[in-house]
Amino acid sequence: MLRFTDVGLRYEGAALSAPEVLCDLDFTLAQGSFTWLLGPSGAGKSSLLRLMGLALRPSRGEVEVLGLRVGPNPSRMARRGAIASMRRRIATVYQDFRLLPYLSVADNVALPLRLAGRAEASLLPDVAEMLAWVGLDHRHADRPATLSGGEQQRAAIARAVVGRPDVLLADEPTGNLDAGQARRLLALLIEMHRLGTTVVVATHSEDLPARFPAAALVLGGGRARHVQG
Amino acid sequence: MSRADQSRRARDPLGLARALPFGLLPALVGAMALLAALALAGASAAAGFAEGWRSAASDTATVILPRGADVPDAVAQLGQLPGIAAAQAADPAALARLLRPWLGDDGGIALPSLVDLRLSGADVPDLAARVGAAVPGAVLEPHGPWAGQIANLAQAVRVVALAVLMLVAVVAAAVVAVGAGAGLAARRDAVLLLHEWGARDGEIAGRFARRLAFLAGVGATAGVIVALPPLLFVGQLVPGTQGGMLPLPWVSLAMVPLLAAALGWAVAQAVLRRWLRRRP
Repeated sequence: MLRFTDVGLRYEGAALSAPEVLCDLDFTLAQGSFTWLLGPSGAGKSSLLRLMGLALRPSRGEVEVLGLRVGPNPSRMARRGAIASMRRRIATVYQDFRLLPYLSVADNVALPLRLAGRAEASLLPDVAEMLAWVGLDHRHADRPATLSGGEQQRAAIARAVVGRPDVLLADEPTGNLDAGQARRLLALLIEMHRLGTTVVVATHSEDLPARFPAAALVLGGGRARHVQG
Repeated sequence: MSRADQSRRARDPLGLARALPFGLLPALVGAMALLAALALAGASAAAGFAEGWRSAASDTATVILPRGADVPDAVAQLGQLPGIAAAQAADPAALARLLRPWLGDDGGIALPSLVDLRLSGADVPDLAARVGAAVPGAVLEPHGPWAGQIANLAQAVRVVALAVLMLVAVVAAAVVAVGAGAGLAARRDAVLLLHEWGARDGEIAGRFARRLAFLAGVGATAGVIVALPPLLFVGQLVPGTQGGMLPLPWVSLAMVPLLAAALGWAVAQAVLRRWLRRRP
């Protein structure tokens, strides 16, 4: 479950008098739910996803992810070790991919499993399966810089789902994919949701929500409106 | 992905072997280690000299006999005094040889007769009185005071060497801190990604610390090895040392690479943890 209670976000270093990027966020996303995150460019979709992924702390209020409560003060509520453990249960597909350029595609995909402490011998089948699923099995030894934008996006998707996360956050995951690949990705996200993963997908696309109607968070003016699907 | 590749990636997901390569950092730490080795050897030698001179001088003295004194009789008298383990007349020829640079070969100047004493725990003022009573006109010249001054000088040299050692350690720590900062700058995106994917501060800091400890340890080992030939050469030039060579502080020298590695580990941990603590 993801619960936001009276959450506001002001970027680090911003003056206290500066307006909040996100303000008065109050919503709850049930465990295993699927939610579209909609809104124009600059509405704060990526920042909201980072709050959900515990990559940002709220400036005020409280974010609760899978039972772990995080507030603005690092010394209160969850300890750093608990936050790190929780982050291992959350995976993100970034808009800019954030693949590590010095690792091969396979090593990038294996990263979450290695962070989780999985034995090396057991990594290969899962990584190979994910690479095959996203159609990159023939590029497993290549560096990300040699891949096209669409291939890098697919590698980022494979990295996000290989660890079977409890929460999957995707920021414009179809931005570099053609229509067929976008449909396959949507099918994957829906499958993850059916397996019990809480999925939040930020998108500009009107086509994707139309293909799979679900609850939506609509961002505008720094505020979020929760629309039931 | 071969098994060797898998293992290497697992050990180095931050790519630190490329971000922190062999190069300037081990070279600079090696230079610091070389200076540390020289300072350690200097401190050790100074301490050895100070102790040697102090102990050698504390139990020896010279008696200057009055003109016309019966030297064998004086030696016999002095040898029987309490507090004197042995008395021996100084060789007049050796004395003349010693003074030749100042007096020349002119034999017109009468040199005093000297008796070398080996003391056995005697109180110097009491002994001077007893020497004067046993051989009237004889003057006792204890060696302790001047040797003590030289020993104090050697002690000062030792303190300076230890201060140099501390300075070298501070500079080495600064070099490692700069290296850690450079590594962090090179792998900032990767560190942030791993942090956001659940890597603990200790895991990330530990990877940097192990790499920098390795580089510092290797650099320091090279520095100590480079320092050894000159130290051994200088040691051979010092006369009157045990086995004809100045003993080197081998244990301390062997500790330099270990301490450099420990320093690298600790500084990297401090730099990385401080930076990570500012992350959410």
